[in-house]
Amino acid sequence: MKVLRFNKDVCSVCGECEKACASLYFKDESREKAALRVDMSSDSKDEPVMKACIQCGECIPICPVGALYRAKNGTVLIKKKICVGCMACVGFCPHSVMYYHADSIEPVKCISCGACVKACPADALRLEEEQVPAEV
Amino acid sequence: MENAVQDMKKAHKIIAEFTYEKGQVDRGYTNRTLYVDLSNNRVESRPVTEDMKEKFIGGRGFGLWLLWNGVKDETKWNDPENEVVISAGPIAGITTYPGSGKSLVVTLSPLTNVPVDSNVGGYFGPLLKFAGWDAIEVQGKAKSEVVVFIDGKEGKVTIEEAPEEAINSHILGEQLTEIYADNEEDKRSISVVSAGEGAGHTLLGCLNFSFYDVNRKYVRYKQAGRGGIGTVFRDKKVKAIVVKYPNVKGDSNHPADWKKVADTGVRLHKEIHTYDQHQCKMRTTGTPYLVSIMNDYDLLPVKNFKYGSSPDAMKLAGTVWTPRYRLGKHDGCWYGCTLMCCKTVDDFELKTGPYKGDKVAIDGPEYETIGGVATNCNIFDPDYTLECNFYCDTYGIDTISFGTMLGFLMECWEAGVLDKEKTGGLELTWGNVDAAMELLHQMGAGYGFGKLAGLGIRKLKKHFVEHFGADEHFLNDIGMEAKGLEYSEYVSKESLAQQGGYGLTNKGPQHDEAWLIFMDMVNNQLPTFEDKAEALHYFPMFRTWFGLNGLCKLPWNDIQPGDNKTTDEPHKVPEHVQNYVDLFNGVTGRSINKEDILTMSEGVYNFQRVFNLRMGYGTRKHDAIPYRSMGPVTVEEYESRADRYDRQLKEILGIADPSSKTTEEKISLLRKHREQQYELLIDAVYKRRGWTSDGVPTMETLKRLGIDYPDVVRIVEKHIG
Repeated sequence: MKVLRFNKDVCSVCGECEKACASLYFKDESREKAALRVDMSSDSKDEPVMKACIQCGECIPICPVGALYRAKNGTVLIKKKICVGCMACVGFCPHSVMYYHADSIEPVKCISCGACVKACPADALRLEEEQVPAEV
Repeated sequence: MENAVQDMKKAHKIIAEFTYEKGQVDRGYTNRTLYVDLSNNRVESRPVTEDMKEKFIGGRGFGLWLLWNGVKDETKWNDPENEVVISAGPIAGITTYPGSGKSLVVTLSPLTNVPVDSNVGGYFGPLLKFAGWDAIEVQGKAKSEVVVFIDGKEGKVTIEEAPEEAINSHILGEQLTEIYADNEEDKRSISVVSAGEGAGHTLLGCLNFSFYDVNRKYVRYKQAGRGGIGTVFRDKKVKAIVVKYPNVKGDSNHPADWKKVADTGVRLHKEIHTYDQHQCKMRTTGTPYLVSIMNDYDLLPVKNFKYGSSPDAMKLAGTVWTPRYRLGKHDGCWYGCTLMCCKTVDDFELKTGPYKGDKVAIDGPEYETIGGVATNCNIFDPDYTLECNFYCDTYGIDTISFGTMLGFLMECWEAGVLDKEKTGGLELTWGNVDAAMELLHQMGAGYGFGKLAGLGIRKLKKHFVEHFGADEHFLNDIGMEAKGLEYSEYVSKESLAQQGGYGLTNKGPQHDEAWLIFMDMVNNQLPTFEDKAEALHYFPMFRTWFGLNGLCKLPWNDIQPGDNKTTDEPHKVPEHVQNYVDLFNGVTGRSINKEDILTMSEGVYNFQRVFNLRMGYGTRKHDAIPYRSMGPVTVEEYESRADRYDRQLKEILGIADPSSKTTEEKISLLRKHREQQYELLIDAVYKRRGWTSDGVPTMETLKRLGIDYPDVVRIVEKHIG
């Protein structure tokens, strides 16, 4: 499966990746609608940190209606029609990378589409082929 | 099953049909209620007024208001005018905050003759709201067994003769879910309210509210347990009320500010994710976590509340149940509950009764069920507890009333009030699992001693005095009922605050209103009468609010923020109180604060008190409690805790040398003191609540709360003169 990975050494925190993601899915550049977040680290290290879903699948059994599933290519997806917007997955995500915002009843997560990779002017993002983890 | 179910559906005959505009929820309200008259096969829509929303909010408040207007002063529980009213409340139906899908059921109780309100999970209330209705009132009596079906997909309500389906819930729920769902995926759109055969044969009937578990692929049930509501339901010849509403979404409740509601929910989900495993372990244990704690503090009912602990209690502790549950799947009784306290034991083979040999899934057991049907009867067998739980649920019999009543019967047997001749052969000795199950089956089917047992403790006492020559005073001391309702499963003997918490309730001794034992006995936070009175004002009022909004109380204090201990009032869990304020404002668009929570509840609570007066009860004498709930009745009770009681005689009553007195004398001295204390507590509580010394809300209180309606004033004036 493809997982979004990050090279902190070349990132300038320009925000183009977030804009590309939010525009693609919500026709809106607000970073709160992006499925990835890039910020300067909140601890003492002076370096950028990228947060996005790594497709661990721990959210899948949390969902009360079975709206979260692992697609054939290994990515974890949300069946929006079934999702009841309970946000349990948001609360229980071990990496806090399931996001939500006022304009979407269903949560938002990275699905490794690569739009941000293309948009990054510094090649700081890449999709890496990784092993699908065992079922939780 | 499929063909048989299709035949059952074909046998339905529609005897009333009502179509309606589906509409949309507006900030938590549909602004209309559904009225069903079974005597005349009539269905109509009634408006919700602004005054109703302002004064009664929803849920229990709507239930009480609608029932008040539906009955007459003389109405008895089994008159056609009595109603079963089900309402969720404005917050119910949001999906982000744990415990936001509760329904409240209100009726005139067969046990107390005054209104009872019961808080229950399952999907019914929220689905009813999304289908178009803030509440449903069912009045009258059907001529033959009917199902009332609210089709929120089509906008239609039907009353249907349903002759072939089962009456017992574990079968009926599956049948009706199958009949009314479009297909497997649609099953979670269906919720069934049903009782069971036992509800028709006893006064202890409960209701089962279903939800379809999409992971386990079967129907599960939560209970509206207390007060005999299931008995009223069956008296009306209702087999079930079914609601259908597909496509629940996070904004189906149309909150004024969805983001605020979502933020609050996510905050609690994160708190549960971090802390539940270190606090109550609800997600893996459920409410049985309480068994070992209650046992440690001498609060677990054993042998009809004689004792508060047992060396065998750990056989039923939370650690015993966790390995038996089917974990790893979502368990909440409404979407979004990550506290998920309701667990299942699957593939349990029943050993007794009409379904012997069947392998069934059992929801539970709850702490109360363990405390009632097991420890209180000196039984410590987990398999019995599961089987008793299962049969009580499917028969529609309240496990708490059953267990407390059975404990009473066993003490009567021990005291020689009962024998095999009187019980038709049942040896009701402590710990007798076989006799307990046999009695339950008799109650379920309505024969033998079970017919008498099913009347509940108050009527049993009367019968034993009149027909078996029993000592009236002894039975009044040990019969754990007040106002006609059996006690729920906490030993209140050593906590004056909890004695008030049980005795000074509107509907009888249940734990919806106040649970003050820890605050009183463990943390010693309520040393004076005024402290206790303040707690007996704050907590019943605060807890009432959950019933107005369709909320579960467990996420309020069975999970706590990491820094809760550092707050000013940790027992109130202030961050969670603020969460509830945010949820209410986020849904309704209003701007309440923490103090408003109490005022909103006070109005409904006082209205309910006046309703009790209206039905001929509700004054001070009806707040009396049996002495077993206050102190040791018998010699062995006293002597089992002699150190404690002797010390109290020394320190409080100034008796320098207790050993100079007989145990009987000491019991008598302690009793006089404790009974006086309870009377003083009543005085302090009534004063705090704005009631007269006879327990009647004053005119000033009615006016302050805006419930001085002419009919309310008429009732109160009779008592204040």
